[in-house]
Amino acid sequence: MAKKVLMKGNEALAEAAIRSGCRLFFGYPITPQTELSEYLAKNMPKVDGLCLQAESEIAAINMVLGAASTGARVFTSSSSPGISLKSEGISYIVGSDLPCVIINVQRGGPGLGGIQPAQQDYYQATKALGHGDMHFIVLAPAYVQEMATLVGEAFDLADIYRMPVMILADGALGQMMEPVDFEAKRQRVLPEKTWATTGHGGKRPHNIVNSLYINPDELERIILERYERYKEIEEKEVLFDTYMADDADILIVSYGITARIAKTAINMAREKGIKVGLFRPITLWPYPSKQLAEYADKVNAFLSLEMNMGQMTDDVKVATSCKKPVYHYGRTGGVIPTPDEVLEQIVKISEGGAK
Amino acid sequence: MVVFDKPKALTDIPFHYCPGCTHGIVHRLVAEVIDELNIEGDTIGIAPVGCSVFAYNYFGCDCIEAPHGRAPALATGVKRALPDKYVFTYQGDGDLAAIGTCETVHSSARGENITIIFINNCVYGMTGGQMAPTTLLGQVTTTSPYGRKKEIQGSPIRVCEMLSTLDGVAYAERVAVDCVKNVRAAKKAIKKAFTLQGEKKGLTIVEVLSTCPTNWGLSPEASLEWLRENSMKQYPLGVYKDVTAE
Amino acid sequence: MTKLTFKTDLCKGCGLCVLACPKKLLALDEKVVNAKGYHPAGITDQSACIACAMCAMMCPDVVIKVEKD
Repeated sequence: MAKKVLMKGNEALAEAAIRSGCRLFFGYPITPQTELSEYLAKNMPKVDGLCLQAESEIAAINMVLGAASTGARVFTSSSSPGISLKSEGISYIVGSDLPCVIINVQRGGPGLGGIQPAQQDYYQATKALGHGDMHFIVLAPAYVQEMATLVGEAFDLADIYRMPVMILADGALGQMMEPVDFEAKRQRVLPEKTWATTGHGGKRPHNIVNSLYINPDELERIILERYERYKEIEEKEVLFDTYMADDADILIVSYGITARIAKTAINMAREKGIKVGLFRPITLWPYPSKQLAEYADKVNAFLSLEMNMGQMTDDVKVATSCKKPVYHYGRTGGVIPTPDEVLEQIVKISEGGAK
Repeated sequence: MVVFDKPKALTDIPFHYCPGCTHGIVHRLVAEVIDELNIEGDTIGIAPVGCSVFAYNYFGCDCIEAPHGRAPALATGVKRALPDKYVFTYQGDGDLAAIGTCETVHSSARGENITIIFINNCVYGMTGGQMAPTTLLGQVTTTSPYGRKKEIQGSPIRVCEMLSTLDGVAYAERVAVDCVKNVRAAKKAIKKAFTLQGEKKGLTIVEVLSTCPTNWGLSPEASLEWLRENSMKQYPLGVYKDVTAE
Repeated sequence: MTKLTFKTDLCKGCGLCVLACPKKLLALDEKVVNAKGYHPAGITDQSACIACAMCAMMCPDVVIKVEKD
């Protein structure tokens, strides 16, 4: 029988990782996700696991690189400025085809920014985290339950596709307490890690984990192979959710904590007789473009709702081929939009007065 | 009877190093030690960014290529995942003592059971002879064309001396590969470092004074002489830390 | 009897083996250019070699194999 426990988002992420069989965590303290490493520091030793506080974000991601090379499940966690520091290592992990899980509990930026919840790392996570032609899977939970479930998924996806998987959460989800059932988890068949550098034991040629290909033709071949894998992921692994979208005239596109604010605003608008729905991408890469495109002929307008200055708007426009107007509403710098503010935007759009 | 041959722990891929560069000697010594301890199948080597970036092709053990300076952090990750395997990094002076100083110092402080083979040739080799953290005062490089000046570029770092102050370091020795006698001593030091790692004593580091004939602008023979006359004076050979001797 | 075998194609002609030989038996063969474009090292008088392997120990490219009866 499923047993629910009440837990903080950050702690649920940590517990879910332990339950996914991960026994190695390398991290560096940063608000607002520090509870995660504190939880692991307390609980990893109980399962013979390791929670090691690194000397820097850079060292932490490189410890992840080393541990991932051995085929072990490993993860790290940080918040926006810390993720920027990790970007070098993440590019190398992608270039070395290594699986791992990276958690970003976002805060406001740029620079030191603030410590309040934000979604300002959308571009960074989905488009530009690290140098080179590269992608990795980005999962955006909206509930503490989903944080736990997606951590399990993230480890499996990382192992299957040999790439980092990022959980893109925010400070609000990290601090929020909700009931969680840790047994809700999809079972997948996982490949054997024949590539791991575990010591060859005289039984096979030496394995090399590497991202350097000095011959351009070889590097191109490796990248093209990786893009074939990306194509497979785009076909098979897209996740999204909808709410009252079937008859909607206005479709709000929103992820993470903001999608929940959207739901409240949608209920309020529906009471006023405005047909609004929600499309919630759960995978931010791969983006659910095909699925969103299906609404382009049904609705009158899209509203991209985010806690940033409109970083997802272009993805909505591209997905829907600009067939209908795409509006943006967002608060930034760590300010969370209220349902009333969102309702105001919905009303404006329905009256044709939105910009 | 074979008196001397290529160690088994080296692959058949020829080294890409310049003529007379002593990297090849150090590679061979590490491989000889791996053979003698019979640990090739239980060893994971970590290559740096620098001239020895391709070291992963030359060592027969499993290998990982690290981002610039991060080898000790990678080694930490590997060793924490596989505590009973042998893990070594092979790093140059720019990699270890400039961009990777933080990783070097903290792996040492934590006493990670890894072995660092540190090549000190007082210059950045791969990028073409720029100033390194170990470049000597007065030494001309492409980025210190008037000679390294204390007032401008600061003084060179003595890595073994610095790391020997840290409790996590079990063994730190500086050796050179300028002559047969010193090559023999270097091998002995490398063997001791790996042996102490096997005994989980803490971090072991062997700093090897090496030459860079190409970027020093000297013949291989003159480079050995330059090493003795200059490098060795700034960086005296010797054991700086040995917990088994205390 | 001693025998030095040189993997001549791997030699870069650095001359460190020549310097190391206590009997001064090694030399770069200036009449030959190997696949890498260098004058490779070789032994001038095999019969005088004492198989001390000092040449091999200083060779950065593991070119030399040393054998003795």
